[in-house]
Amino acid sequence: MIEMQDVWKSYANGVMAVNGITVKIEKGEFVYVVGQSGSGKSTFIKLMYREEVPNRGKIIIDGTDITTMKNKDVPFLRRKLGVVFQDFKLLPKLTVYENIAFALEVIEETPRQIRKKVMEVLDLVKLKHKARFLPSELSGGEQQRVSIARSIVNNPSVVVADEPTGNLDPENAWGIMEVFERINDNGTTVVMATHNKDIVDRMKKRVIAIESGMIARDDKRGDFGYEG
Amino acid sequence: MKARTIGRHLKESIKNLGRNGWMTVASISAVAVALMIVGLFLMVMLNLNKMAGQIENDVEVRAYIDLTATPQQQDELKEQIKQISEVHSIKYISREEGLKELMKDFGKDADVIKPYQGDDNPLNDAFEIKTQKPKQTEAVAKKIEKLKYVSDVSYGKGYVKKLFNVVDVARNVGIILILGLLFTSIFLIANTIKLTIVARSTEIEIMKLVGATNAFVRWPYFLEGLFLGVIGACIPVALLLIIYRQLYTYFIQNNFQSYAFIKLIPFDTMALYLAGLLIIIGAVIGVWGSLTSVRRFLKV
Repeated sequence: MIEMQDVWKSYANGVMAVNGITVKIEKGEFVYVVGQSGSGKSTFIKLMYREEVPNRGKIIIDGTDITTMKNKDVPFLRRKLGVVFQDFKLLPKLTVYENIAFALEVIEETPRQIRKKVMEVLDLVKLKHKARFLPSELSGGEQQRVSIARSIVNNPSVVVADEPTGNLDPENAWGIMEVFERINDNGTTVVMATHNKDIVDRMKKRVIAIESGMIARDDKRGDFGYEG
Repeated sequence: MKARTIGRHLKESIKNLGRNGWMTVASISAVAVALMIVGLFLMVMLNLNKMAGQIENDVEVRAYIDLTATPQQQDELKEQIKQISEVHSIKYISREEGLKELMKDFGKDADVIKPYQGDDNPLNDAFEIKTQKPKQTEAVAKKIEKLKYVSDVSYGKGYVKKLFNVVDVARNVGIILILGLLFTSIFLIANTIKLTIVARSTEIEIMKLVGATNAFVRWPYFLEGLFLGVIGACIPVALLLIIYRQLYTYFIQNNFQSYAFIKLIPFDTMALYLAGLLIIIGAVIGVWGSLTSVRRFLKV
């Protein structure tokens, strides 16, 4: 599903963010990526949806090496991936429904399909009743659920999330985790960078710990392993 | 691209123009002002060009025939002039015709000349000669001057040359000014659109993240630039044509058109030129300005 082979990434300012990572994530897995701030876990996530390109190494997603991919093919990779951010990245002037439909419009889906799929994911994240609300009228947790709905609306095989619960209180964070579990149960691979020790420790999923841009730990049923 | 997608882009771009309210007004004004000046120059240049062309065609050599020449000798001279390779046409003008022409040129003051009619006519019979190219006038005149039975030769001399120079300079200055103005307005549009795009960079980022192609992101901006440019061009086109219509009617009413070289380009032709050129220029700078500023945001 996702395979990184000896991947290195340094930035123009000299920061060595990822230093020779080799890892394999199978289809349908749920993986937490943990590590302190500046450990390189955000870069690790960004490499997967080709926001960043490595200096060395191969990244293979669904059989395609995305490091040698032409720029014009990147949109088609992104359609196979869902991305969720800490700050939700919703368009403030569009309603909940429109924000999700937007992701389908840009890939030129038919209006009938758009309606059907948006209502399906709204049902999955339990926000059908707020379809006509603006993001500003929702709580943080609800906004993040909209953003997750948007990321999965075109049925990606992988969802990558960068600190999706970072801005949420514990209760809302658990709500979000439930949504991710449900997505994972449907067969979608989930890769999530997080700082939330509580969640990681309780969920007992695979944990990849990154330190100084290298994999420090990779446990099948791991825990957070840091203090806070 | 699917028709539905085109519809979406159109809707999106029009919505954005409305959403950006004052920015839209600013961009349109920038284009309008720049194209107003460009249009004024175009109007003047096109007319100057036409006048220059007319004067070029009017340039001719007049060879006055010696009074002592018999009709036979006149024919001989005509043949000799025809032999000159640069000569295009030759026309005989008798002294009576010459005087009539002169009276016409004097217009209201023709009375001054009346006493010279008939036997008192001081003019010579003459040949009016046109050359193949206006610039050959001087050379031809010099050749004719040397022929027998020619008493005098007249042609535009220096003033023709000066006129050509003035037109050339005006043309070049005009082109430089127009180019300068065009770059300024491209820059203005690029900047205004850039400001609206900065505000919408999240939108572009999200579009790219959910798998929109660059072309898809670019389309609404392309259309926006096009609209800004074309609307911006329509304003000066309308204003300039109103001005030109007034000017043209004024010229017709005051009979300026009878002066050979002040023949303005007809209104319809001018309307076609001006509208065509300015709208195309407006569209190009609008699209150019818009696409240069969106490019930066596509590298997500």
